[in-house]
Amino acid sequence: MNRSSTDNWPAVREASRKALPPAVLDFIEECREREHPKSALIAVLHRVQDECGHLGRDQLNAVAQLLQVPTARVYGAATFYHFFRLRPRGRFLISVCLGTACYVKGADQVNRRLMEELGVGLGETTADGLFSLETTRCLGTCGLAPVIMINDNVHGPLKPDDIPGLLERYIQRARKEEAGGKT
Amino acid sequence: MKTDQGNSESATVRLTIDGQRVEVPDGSVVLQAAEKIGIKIPRLCYHPDLSLEGACRVCIVEVEGIDFYVASCSVPVREGMVVATNSPAIRRARRDIVELLLDNHPRDCQTCERDGNCELQNLAYAMGVRERLFEGRRKNPTADESGSAVVRHPEKCILCGRCVRVCSEIQGVFNLSQHYRGFNTVVGPAELGPMDESVCIQCGQCINVCPTAAFLEKNNTEAVWAALADPEVHVVVQTAPSIRAAIGEGFGLPVGTPATGKMITALRRLGFDAVFDTNLGADLTIVEEAHELVRRLEGGGPLPLLTSCSPGWINFLEKFYPELIEHASTCKSPMSMLSTLVREYYAPRHKIDPKRIFSVAVMPCVAKKYEAARPEHLAPDGRPYTDAVLTTRELIWMIQCYGIDFSRLPNDLFDRPLGLSSGAGDIFGTTGGVTEAALRTAAEMVGGETVGRIEFLSVRGVEGLKEAPVRLGDKELLVAVANGLNNAKRALEAAAAGRRRYHLVEVMACPGGCIGGGGQPYPPRGTKILDPEILQRRAAALYQIDDNKQLRRSHDNPAVKELYADFLGRPGGEVSHRLLHTEYRAREPRGIR
Ligand code: SF4
Ligand code: SF4
Ligand code: SF4
Ligand code: FES
Ligand code: FES
Repeated sequence: MNRSSTDNWPAVREASRKALPPAVLDFIEECREREHPKSALIAVLHRVQDECGHLGRDQLNAVAQLLQVPTARVYGAATFYHFFRLRPRGRFLISVCLGTACYVKGADQVNRRLMEELGVGLGETTADGLFSLETTRCLGTCGLAPVIMINDNVHGPLKPDDIPGLLERYIQRARKEEAGGKT
Repeated sequence: MKTDQGNSESATVRLTIDGQRVEVPDGSVVLQAAEKIGIKIPRLCYHPDLSLEGACRVCIVEVEGIDFYVASCSVPVREGMVVATNSPAIRRARRDIVELLLDNHPRDCQTCERDGNCELQNLAYAMGVRERLFEGRRKNPTADESGSAVVRHPEKCILCGRCVRVCSEIQGVFNLSQHYRGFNTVVGPAELGPMDESVCIQCGQCINVCPTAAFLEKNNTEAVWAALADPEVHVVVQTAPSIRAAIGEGFGLPVGTPATGKMITALRRLGFDAVFDTNLGADLTIVEEAHELVRRLEGGGPLPLLTSCSPGWINFLEKFYPELIEHASTCKSPMSMLSTLVREYYAPRHKIDPKRIFSVAVMPCVAKKYEAARPEHLAPDGRPYTDAVLTTRELIWMIQCYGIDFSRLPNDLFDRPLGLSSGAGDIFGTTGGVTEAALRTAAEMVGGETVGRIEFLSVRGVEGLKEAPVRLGDKELLVAVANGLNNAKRALEAAAAGRRRYHLVEVMACPGGCIGGGGQPYPPRGTKILDPEILQRRAAALYQIDDNKQLRRSHDNPAVKELYADFLGRPGGEVSHRLLHTEYRAREPRGIR
């Protein structure tokens, strides 16, 4: 049969290669030489997250093409495991403690208020890229329950009504840093 | 596709189900053994042509010696097994399972597209669910109504996985998968993105196999009602070959009842100003395609020639095998040929301002909705040649909505000249029909003997991929016929690897061809979708219509002759090239094959 210029594989392959760091490309190459290259999907996704910090759209599509695993399956796997992040983590990572002590003291309400104020669910990041929301188990600061951690700072004890003011402080801090040209 | 029949030498197993003895081939599952003695165990995720999922647990039974209920669709039979399908406890458990399936399901039946032909609804009724005991948290996944052909309503999804399996195992497209997990699981294309931006080829088979309204065709009836109600608009309709073989099912006629005459009467009562036959487009397609085949056989282009009438297949070619595009026939589909002629030929001849024409096509096919919107099929004024595409199901609904008592309608005939067709046009609707029709005409072109009914032989082990040697003039041709895109893949790979030297490969995206299209009626209650018997009876209806026609060959059709003499010139000529042919290009996202 004729293969002709209508083929877009060279272009698709090139674009896919550009979307991934060399270490990942090498790893995919290695996997393709193995007996069941497709079963390497999860391992490849781990590599991408190690190298890029998260699994972006371009990276996932590129993995699908280069590993020849259907794109829907790649997304299926990437969204199934909590470990994988599909968006870059926000500048401030908020970890809500749902350990026993915090839970008893109303961590759930704090958590709900956070979701309301930020407009995101657990494991998600706000559209402006400022905050990511996650939960965690006992942080070892039960005396302050209920507590949340924002990056390395512990805040507690918190009432739901404390949340807006607290978030505002971080927003201001981000603004100031931007104005000062710092990142 | 998998077949249920074990081969004759294979061992059999004897078991007892509800006190009756039954003997079945080793390797069968309990659910199949029960079917053999007339026990239909309720099921939801099971489909005999798809792999086992074992997800819904609706099919549970009791097996002596096992102290939990087992899923009869996934448990293989064993010698001496004793099964009970119907104890009060098992019936209660089954009802509970269905109630739990409903606990986060919208209470939408009266306003739902599937009301009256929904498997979940039927199942709930049959299991005796009369109250909603559990009111669970609702899922709120985002619907996708952006598609030009297929829309998603994931809030209606019960996670049976049938769509995922049909899309991968029958169509080889792998467009769907489950995203996220547990309660948050959502079925959809990669990234749960818009259907038209996914690798979907718009065949609509996910709509067919879905037990609920989670996948639907884009509804185009509003635009058609509006055109019909506007006295200024001249509304033209055409119907594809396979509509007449299936539309009766929507009104309780037995499967396989040809209903051409009643269908035309119903369309007139709905108010269409002219009722044309896509078959004429099919006749033209055949003449043009036969000409293309003969030219290529004489050295003018690559072989095999790939047919181009199935838009789902064309989408597949562009996304999955773009390097083979120049093998494809450049013929527009019969629908697009006819729509083009409605504007460029019919309108001027009848002194109708083309701007006043609204062109509707009734198709068994969901992908035709996408095809109609493609930029290649826009008229020079920027409007699509086909203004609206309705599926068989949508037309059935319009007829019901209008209060037309279909089964008692008198017969009528298509309008001329765009409604006169040969039997070759009719058999376009079923797998193998295009090939047979094209060869009838190609034989005449090369001055050879008439080609009769071709006896295709199944390629070993594959239902849905057939081939046959055919004599055409002094040449011996090898033709292949594939339905279902996984089978098309097999044919293409065999040709690409040089294992087969085909001259012509006919591909229809849907199982059985257009008669099994994504827009055909949902099967009668209690039967399964894509049942080979239903497809066979629809196909038989088309062959019956063909046999009863005096006109059997497309080029003998006087309307075709007149069109060439008055307007088109010659097959493959300048005018027909401009109006009846099209072009293709690689499309992204590229499919993984
Ligand atoms: S999908 Fe079926 S059960 Fe669900 S709302 Fe529609 S008709 Fe009712
Ligand atoms: S329309 Fe066809 S290709 Fe698209 S998702 Fe449904 S089954 Fe798959
Ligand atoms: S969309 Fe339909 S076929 Fe697909 S998993 Fe959901 S209910 Fe089943
Ligand atoms: S439970 Fe929250 S800090 Fe210990
Ligand atoms: S039909 Fe058996 S588990 Fe769904």
